[in-house]
Amino acid sequence: MHETAVSLIELGAVFFGLGVLGRLAWRIGISPIPLYLLGGLAFGQGGLIPLHGIEPFTHLAAEIGVVLLLLLLGLEYSAGELVTGLKRSWVAGLVDIVLNAAPGAIVAWLLGWGPIGALTMAGVTYISSSGIVAKVLGDLGRLGNRETPVVLSILVFEDLAMAVYLPILTALLAGVSFLGGLTAVGVSLVVITLVLLVALRFGKYVSALIDSTDPEVFLLRLLGSALLVAGLASELQVSAAVGSFLLGIAISGSTAENATRMLEPLRDLFAAIFFVVFGLNTDPSAIPPVLGFAVLLALVTAATKIATGWFAAARHGVRKLGRARAGAALVARGEFSIVIAGLAVASGGVDSQLAALATAYVLLMAILGPVAARIVEPVAKQVVRRVPSLS
Amino acid sequence: MDVTVTPLPGLGTQQDFSTRSGHRVGVISYRDGRFELIVSDHDDPDKIAASVALTTHETSALANLLGAPHLVAQLTEQQSEVTGVTTWQLPVGTGSPFDGLPLSATEMRTRTSTSIVAVVRSATVHPSPRPDFLFAGGDLVIVVGTPEGLKAASEILERGTD
Repeated sequence: MHETAVSLIELGAVFFGLGVLGRLAWRIGISPIPLYLLGGLAFGQGGLIPLHGIEPFTHLAAEIGVVLLLLLLGLEYSAGELVTGLKRSWVAGLVDIVLNAAPGAIVAWLLGWGPIGALTMAGVTYISSSGIVAKVLGDLGRLGNRETPVVLSILVFEDLAMAVYLPILTALLAGVSFLGGLTAVGVSLVVITLVLLVALRFGKYVSALIDSTDPEVFLLRLLGSALLVAGLASELQVSAAVGSFLLGIAISGSTAENATRMLEPLRDLFAAIFFVVFGLNTDPSAIPPVLGFAVLLALVTAATKIATGWFAAARHGVRKLGRARAGAALVARGEFSIVIAGLAVASGGVDSQLAALATAYVLLMAILGPVAARIVEPVAKQVVRRVPSLS
Repeated sequence: MDVTVTPLPGLGTQQDFSTRSGHRVGVISYRDGRFELIVSDHDDPDKIAASVALTTHETSALANLLGAPHLVAQLTEQQSEVTGVTTWQLPVGTGSPFDGLPLSATEMRTRTSTSIVAVVRSATVHPSPRPDFLFAGGDLVIVVGTPEGLKAASEILERGTD
């Protein structure tokens, strides 16, 4: 068979398979991310059926997937919302960082992966999946609940923390000196502040630059500017992901709404490829040795996220059942944990087992998260019934 | 009334207030223009017991339904300085003697010295209805007058002018 023909057939089979898996996942009430990862694991190196000839495409597509993931995340927030979210939730946000980054860092340290490995795993266990959390809250009809704004503002805080964290990680992974790392931090902080200021004051000009009534022109400008900004940012070692996140924040109003509508299907497509590629690059035989740690991390960080949500909701006067719901809603980890692990693995600056641990961990957490959010109420009610002193 | 406005980052805005009955009632306005009516659980006021997605048409219909008591409250407030005058809302039930008859058939002003100032029908307020306004079952009639006059008006709307 012709080489292109083989590649097309392979790609077609992969996409179609992902479509089936995605439908199946939401049917049984979990996120499709773990199934995409499993799909990648099955086909990659050491997997059941190795795929050849589609790497150049999938490699670039996975990169675009990350850019789109972060761009749409940025589009969801206006600069004003970020600022108020930050004001509302900074105490809970700090508790969130301490409680949830520590387990990942400690495990990486125990496994002897060095400071950079620890920083990477800290990010992997810290960040909740805003995609899964938002979807689950919507599905369960909890958007009007009193604890939901608390949950959302923690997500906003985490997303902003990512904008600071990713450039630092990228710089350190690139092996720059301590001074270089400090410079990267300084540069990224200045850039983020500038973008927030520009977005607050001149967001409409950025939007006008991209906006067009013609869908084709609009899509080309939007995607073009996102890739341009991402590329330039990555050249400046601020990380492509952060570049597109900041562009998303700067785009506001109706332009942002149209952009979200237009890019959502594209993001879903490219992000799915991103997860598959991550799975492809992970050797399934590397998972069993780290599985114990993954399970341990899953249990510990599920508990620490519940504690975070409980604490944050309590600060806003939410009662105990609501606090439990807030905690359980935050448990899911997903896309951003894989983005972080992906950055680290691609740089080659971390232990090769890190990808395996991150994959196994996200596999567990992307399933556990939606399930925890669903069962928290009956469980909490049972606990209250058994231990009446808690109510 | 204390209406709490809460931003829902990435989604929209939630506006709600607590009722005396212990419920939280409010509206979520999504950024893309959708509306959702929310009512909290009684035992767990942090939790939403019912959320209903509403189109723009449906929200204005609901607003009008709730507008009738609002109208009554407003009129009552306006007349609060006039002693002895008050506002009631009276139903024209299906099967009422005036179902299908014009307003003039009630001879309300002559018999009771009260005034019909508005009629609310299927979520629309018809202000200052003319004598030829035709009643239909389910109408709400907003009447202004003295308490005795209003009592008489209510009896007339229920039993007819015999």
